Amino acid sequence: MAIALTVVAPSTAAQAPRPVQVPDTLAQRLLPCTTCHGAEGRSAGGAFTPRIAGKPAGYLFDQLLHFRDGRRHNAAMAGFLADLPDAYLREMADHFAALDLPYPAPAPRRVAAAALAAGQRLARHGDAARQLPACTACHGAALTGALPAMPGLLGLPRDYLVAQLGAWRHGSRHASAPDCMAEVARRLTLEDIGQIADWLALQAVPEPMRAAPAPTSALPLACGSAGQRR
Amino acid sequence: MRLRRSMKAAGLGLVLSVMIGLGLWALDDARDDAAGFEGTAPTTHSIAEIERGAQLALLGNCAGCHTARGGAAYAGGRGIETPFGTVFAGNLTPDLETGLGRWSEADFWRAMQHGRGLDGRALVPAFPYPSFTQISRDDVRALWAHLRSLPAVRQAHRPHALRWPYGSPVALAVWRALYFRAGATPPDPKQSAAWNRGAYLVRGLGHCQACHARRDALGGVHDAAALQGGQLPQGGWYAPSLTDPAEASVAAWPQAEVVALLRTGTSAHGMAQGPMAEVVVRSTQHASEADLQAIATYLRALPHTGAVAARPGARAPRQARDPTALGRGQGLYETHCSSCHGDGGQGAPGVYPALAGSRMVTMRDVTNLLRVITEGGFAPATAANPRPYGMPPFDLPPADLAALMTWLRASWGHDAAPVSAASVLSQR
Repeated sequence: MAIALTVVAPSTAAQAPRPVQVPDTLAQRLLPCTTCHGAEGRSAGGAFTPRIAGKPAGYLFDQLLHFRDGRRHNAAMAGFLADLPDAYLREMADHFAALDLPYPAPAPRRVAAAALAAGQRLARHGDAARQLPACTACHGAALTGALPAMPGLLGLPRDYLVAQLGAWRHGSRHASAPDCMAEVARRLTLEDIGQIADWLALQAVPEPMRAAPAPTSALPLACGSAGQRR
Repeated sequence: MRLRRSMKAAGLGLVLSVMIGLGLWALDDARDDAAGFEGTAPTTHSIAEIERGAQLALLGNCAGCHTARGGAAYAGGRGIETPFGTVFAGNLTPDLETGLGRWSEADFWRAMQHGRGLDGRALVPAFPYPSFTQISRDDVRALWAHLRSLPAVRQAHRPHALRWPYGSPVALAVWRALYFRAGATPPDPKQSAAWNRGAYLVRGLGHCQACHARRDALGGVHDAAALQGGQLPQGGWYAPSLTDPAEASVAAWPQAEVVALLRTGTSAHGMAQGPMAEVVVRSTQHASEADLQAIATYLRALPHTGAVAARPGARAPRQARDPTALGRGQGLYETHCSSCHGDGGQGAPGVYPALAGSRMVTMRDVTNLLRVITEGGFAPATAANPRPYGMPPFDLPPADLAALMTWLRASWGHDAAPVSAASVLSQR
């Protein structure tokens, strides 16, 4: 019997090549993510496939749920995430959140000084007359995000920022209820959105990029994305 | 295109049938009345019956259609694409205004057995009552017990968006007269208990024919047991024939392979893709071992169909292929595919499917192959494979996609027809 096996084995091996050896890593399992979002999720340069590496895990997990469950719309994301369990989505979020990779310098762009100043003012101080909170009130004093789920606003392409604020304003992007960003975006004019995006996209990302600790005081608006983690 | 033309023919046919239809409508009603619900329904259900119903609802994947993406389970609202428009699944929770709150068990039996709603109107057969009519009285009662146990969710029914005249009472009466017969097929005493159980699940609750049966221009199925492969609406996917050895017949698979595919989503012979991946994740992975064995027994015993009975040995003259396209296809494979699927298309068991010998690669219809290449995706996330590996999308130009598919279909002993860039363009 043993002899028969040794005789047979080489010929079957010649017919069927050895199975491909696949590393058992999340990086390997998640190749579909990094194909569009860049190697290690550090962005491939497209305006609408943002960097995901280093974003707060809670934020990434929320976005994965939103795409899967139809609160955020992108056909490719919906297709990939359909029927994936929460536990795996959380693992994906943790994986990319833990990647601590340097950011490239912001893309240079000519913006009128007055517009830039207006963008900075809105981002840092908001506009009390219009009940518009500052970006820094929620997204961290350095705009590098706040734990557990508030994303940083630096290191993102201008077009992406404009598209997201626009989508919130028009009701095609949603966050967990109460959707504070939808409320903020509705108080913004299109001009505001352009100016804020201009200023944010030109800011250098601090090294290292770290999300601020979870805020201890109340946020300016009730926000479903702010805290209580599952 | 083909669908559009057949839909026009369907429209003409319908107009011609209106007069006959009106007559049939009356007859149809009379027949159902005669075969109504018998016996009194219990008003309370035992926990065991509710649990049995919940398990049956998984086997039928009721929540699959009756739950909107991200919505409350069984509260309806998912749009089901058909060649005739979009049908929106109803709210099955016991909400009084928007769900089945005012339904009795007799009403539910009539819907499942005869395809009629609370007001007696014929239901649109996107609700697969031509299959569900096979379901036994006991199983319908358990399903009803399960649905009654759900929390009531208020979610109004979205009206169907069907083009005229589809969905009109007369059109439905014609359709029902042509294609629908209420009642179960009796068990076949010549077959084993497992085969009969498999037949019951595949033809009834599992409603496999909803995708895998070939449909005519009116969306009708002539032989419910045939499962000879069907194109899903909108050119989305092709549900391969379960009887053709060149497509998805499992007659030659070991029984355990069929069970593994339905339980885990992957097997040595292939991986569930697209809508079938959804069926595995939401439905078949939850089936009992005995039921999966029964389904496998039945599927493996389906009669063979297809042009060429035996592929190996029966060597047709090799297809003529453009050598430039083949070279280009090989280059693309080496650049994009071979690191996961292997130089010999051997794949990695349970992780990356083998492409050598894959019938998804070689079958006549390349819809699924094209979709998988251009969209990628994760393997079905089942309890057995909860952290699946994924394939990136490869959004290549049509000529490259055609060359790659042509090469795949000519490699490793494959001899399937080449794919033209024009056909890729028309499918995308």
